[in-house]
Amino acid sequence: MSKPQEVDTARLRARYPDVFDRPASARLATPLVLAAALAVFVFGLVDLDFSPSRLISGLSQLGWISMMMIPPDPGASLPLYLQALGETLSIALLGTSLAALFALPVSLLAARNVVPSNIFRFPVRRFLDSIRGVDTLIWALVWINVVGLGPFAGVLAIAVSDFGAFGKLFSEAIEGADQKQVEGIRASGGSALHEIRFGLMPQVLPVIAGQVLYFIESNTRSATIIGIVGAGGIGLQLAEQIRVLEWQKVSFLILMILVAVAAIDFISGKLRFAIIGRRAVA
Amino acid sequence: MTLAVSILPEQQLAALNAAYRQAVTRKRLRLLFGIALFVAALILSAIGAEVNLRTLFTYFGNFVSYFDRILTLDSGQRVWTDVGEWLWGWRKWLKMLGETLLISYVGTLIGAVFAFALNFFAAENTSPGPWLRFLVRRLLEFARTVPGIVFALIFVIAFGLGPMAGVLAIAIHSTGALGKLFSEIVENADMKPVEGIRSTGASWLSCMRFAVVPQVTAGYASYALLRFEINVREASVMGFVGAGGIGQELVVAIRKFYYSDVSAILLTIIVTVFIIDITTGWLRGRLFGKEART
Repeated sequence: MSKPQEVDTARLRARYPDVFDRPASARLATPLVLAAALAVFVFGLVDLDFSPSRLISGLSQLGWISMMMIPPDPGASLPLYLQALGETLSIALLGTSLAALFALPVSLLAARNVVPSNIFRFPVRRFLDSIRGVDTLIWALVWINVVGLGPFAGVLAIAVSDFGAFGKLFSEAIEGADQKQVEGIRASGGSALHEIRFGLMPQVLPVIAGQVLYFIESNTRSATIIGIVGAGGIGLQLAEQIRVLEWQKVSFLILMILVAVAAIDFISGKLRFAIIGRRAVA
Repeated sequence: MTLAVSILPEQQLAALNAAYRQAVTRKRLRLLFGIALFVAALILSAIGAEVNLRTLFTYFGNFVSYFDRILTLDSGQRVWTDVGEWLWGWRKWLKMLGETLLISYVGTLIGAVFAFALNFFAAENTSPGPWLRFLVRRLLEFARTVPGIVFALIFVIAFGLGPMAGVLAIAIHSTGALGKLFSEIVENADMKPVEGIRSTGASWLSCMRFAVVPQVTAGYASYALLRFEINVREASVMGFVGAGGIGQELVVAIRKFYYSDVSAILLTIIVTVFIIDITTGWLRGRLFGKEART
């Protein structure tokens, strides 16, 4: 067996000074960043009233609660819960569709290849950004002030907050579209509206449809939440049962949500594949 | 130079035209059927969600005037004419905003640490056993599907009111979301270094430490930053259920109709979210830039 060759360290050092003697700034950067991150973390724990005793008593409470949750049992209110679940799904579907309907024309205004003027596009983009910066729950509270408690406020809340998200996503899809087809329409004498209808829309509609389906999926989750502030759906039931400490009903409701979300995921996955997959295969 | 456009004979043209029309008609019918189905679903859900257009039209003025009211001070002036009066509570609000940021920071970090610990078990190529992988994956799925605010509601009862419940809720949700993303990065990692390390007789732990981790850290940091960005938004509403942060102030202002306060707090939240978005975007750009260079 041959012995490994003797390594001439001195020559290697001379040839690759950067590897053997990294500058102090490069060597210190990682530990310094980690130490700073850790310091902020510890400060956060102290500032937010974390204490081992609270953690332990809370965990034992939590353990007790989990014991109380088994077995999940709806009691006599199963029909009520099923109705609430239907309400939640309705809120998600309706809110997303409304948002998509209103976002489509606005997204055209925010797309660079439709509206070349920066001055005009900038305010539209900032407007969409500010809508997105406000959480769905906050919109739900505002709409409750306007149309009263109930699922309708939830529909409008989801519609408004998704409007901001869709406006951005759609305009990005439009900007990514091939410009050649638009030029073709223009060359054959089409008007600006013709360019959008026959040049852009056929390209972006499948993308948009995929995004809308994805949002219906994620809004099923959001729609369960907004009930907590009083905007209808299964979240309302869930928040009520948590407040009165009916843990068996709580666990049943959570299970219902999980099953519903999984089912919607499955269906919209299939649909999305049917809409976009066909194009990818062709 | 002249270009001639060749025109097909009449019968051939007619046959092609007919075939084309038929194809288009079939496509249109299918589209129409899809639209009809969709509209039916919409109507059904409109009934389910108690949509009442009359309420909307009657009260839509309220929605518009709501924004008018939140932009008006008690004295009847527009808010921007007297910024000092508008942002009167800025000390308190800044403190609550700081708390919100801390909640999301601590929550994200705890979540990232747990996700880091779990993701090697969930990834297809590094998991020590299929049973363990199945278990960890279901656990992460559960943590990510149950909304953070539902965890917060339960934790408020178990741990008492205050930011601790919010932090833990965000931590659990982040564990679920990051665990999945992290394990996807690991699945895309190059397995040759792992084979190299294993061939020297190293344990599973050493394989992960010296072969996988160096490949994936930049991706991990990028996703964790993105998660932090999302969690800032999430933490801003944790106060709605009593789990700390600026949401507490906001919900009080909305419920008690302190109109100008609502707009002031919303403004601070939106500005903070913007700043965080831009900063993390810049940081992530630098991280990926660095990865591309080496």
